[in-house]
Amino acid sequence: MSTAAAQAGGKGGDMPVIEIENLHKRYGRHVAVHDVSFTVERGEIFGILGPNGAGKTTTVECAQGLRTRDGGTVRVLGSDPATDRLAVRRKVGVQLQETQLPDRMRVAEALDLYSSFYPDPADWRTLLAELGLADKADTPFKKLSGGQKQRLSVALALVGNPEIAILDELTTGMDPQARRDTWQLVEDIRARGVTVLLVTHFMEEAERLCDRLALIDAGRVVAVGTPAGLVAEVDAEQRVRFRPSAPLDDRLLTGLPEVTGVTRTGNQVLVTGTGNLLHALTSALAAQRITAVDLRVEQASLEDAFVALTGRHPDRSHRPDRADPTSAAAQRARQ
Amino acid sequence: MRGLPKLAAVEAKLFLREGTTLVVGLALPIVLLVVFGSVPAMRQALPELGGSRIIDVYAPILVGLAVASLSLTVLPTGLATYRDKGVLRRLATTPVGPGSLLGAQLVVNLVATLLVVALLVGVAAIAFGVLPPRQVIGFALTLVLLVGSMFGVGLVIAAVAPTGRAANGIGMLCYFPMLFVAGLWTPGSTPDVVARIGEFTPLGAGVDALHSTWAGAWPAPLPLLVMAAYAVGLGVLAARLFRWE
Repeated sequence: MSTAAAQAGGKGGDMPVIEIENLHKRYGRHVAVHDVSFTVERGEIFGILGPNGAGKTTTVECAQGLRTRDGGTVRVLGSDPATDRLAVRRKVGVQLQETQLPDRMRVAEALDLYSSFYPDPADWRTLLAELGLADKADTPFKKLSGGQKQRLSVALALVGNPEIAILDELTTGMDPQARRDTWQLVEDIRARGVTVLLVTHFMEEAERLCDRLALIDAGRVVAVGTPAGLVAEVDAEQRVRFRPSAPLDDRLLTGLPEVTGVTRTGNQVLVTGTGNLLHALTSALAAQRITAVDLRVEQASLEDAFVALTGRHPDRSHRPDRADPTSAAAQRARQ
Repeated sequence: MRGLPKLAAVEAKLFLREGTTLVVGLALPIVLLVVFGSVPAMRQALPELGGSRIIDVYAPILVGLAVASLSLTVLPTGLATYRDKGVLRRLATTPVGPGSLLGAQLVVNLVATLLVVALLVGVAAIAFGVLPPRQVIGFALTLVLLVGSMFGVGLVIAAVAPTGRAANGIGMLCYFPMLFVAGLWTPGSTPDVVARIGEFTPLGAGVDALHSTWAGAWPAPLPLLVMAAYAVGLGVLAARLFRWE
């Protein structure tokens, strides 16, 4: 995944497109962001992940120049958004949480209008087709479905041909199918060479989409890294669960150097261990002519990493569905 | 302001698509003029009005009504709705900024006001023999000050109202008393106390000054000063209080 960032790095060399250092922001006495630092490289999908109220939106608002920071430095494409707003706004496309357009404004009107704000806009008709809104060109904003409104919002974020797209809680309130379609959309945005800064509180979304991410909790960065790297940091242990086709002596398994523990629940066996656990296990079983039925390898998810790193559970009220059988999080959730 | 012409054009289209806006902002003053003008008693010269007819007294009041309808209902409701719904915030992330939308709204409402006033003056003259204002420069100056002061009221409402609905409510709360003291319900026979209060409201002062210009006289200094004071004072207040989100 890190190679994608390198490949798309044609436009501006190796300089990070966003640099945030020791960002601090408070509203009156309430400190929204204590101390946040991270850099975003050109061409990557960078996630800001954390529970509701962690300071994610405030952080990106300071990067957009929508809010004035109380401390720290912010550089977006080399400019300070607090003092050089225009330069930042020309090159950064934004999809805001809960933004609306006037009820009676039509889709094509909105795109035509927003494209006129930028010095070098994209062809909004092409954009409309790419986002599957071509047949909605004359539909008033009020008559669009939630998913269509979100896609229009993305189109408006891209219409100025931005170098960076900031997407804030893009999939909140979407049904599972719409969410998956939107994930594809985010990958398509990156494929255009646009750097994506993605704000989300969905673990699964961050794990699936982000090249790197910053885990934010209570206004501070808890960890920065790749999703796999963050997971590996907190979980070196693997778990294999199966049902043996014939009676099995636990000592056969505990004798293996890779195995650290064996637990039985009914006729199910849960083996924990390290290294090449799965291979060691299946070889040992094969030697006894035992088949592992319903074999399942369980890996830690980003959610586990979050819990381990912050010591508490992320917001459970807005969890995406877990129906995707290919996702590690889904496997984990079924245990 | 980059993007202002296009924004104003789109805002004008949205203005025309809004049924309530069209009825309250554009049609109402004209319809009232036609209804009043169709009543024969309104077109009879009355000695207590110095030989004028009630319809002659009504023309400046209806100009005031037209300005009040747009500045107290349409303008503040539109702006407060835009803030409430995040339209202004969304624009703040683009190179044009939310100030352009405020500008576009003012332009559209100003053009609509001038259009209705021109229609009122024209229909009154052609259909009901109300001669257009003879003191043209005084009329133009009064109109500028009236629109300035009344838009000031509208902008302060837009600044303090949290939602479009609230803005509409506050606007209505100002609308009817202002029209009352300006003489809408008592043309030519407004009680002295009411008229005295009216002189110190922007709408009452405006109608008073418009009346003079229709009669061919230069408006008295007091109403002009009253309107100018409101325009500047409320303009500054609105600029201080206005929030983009």
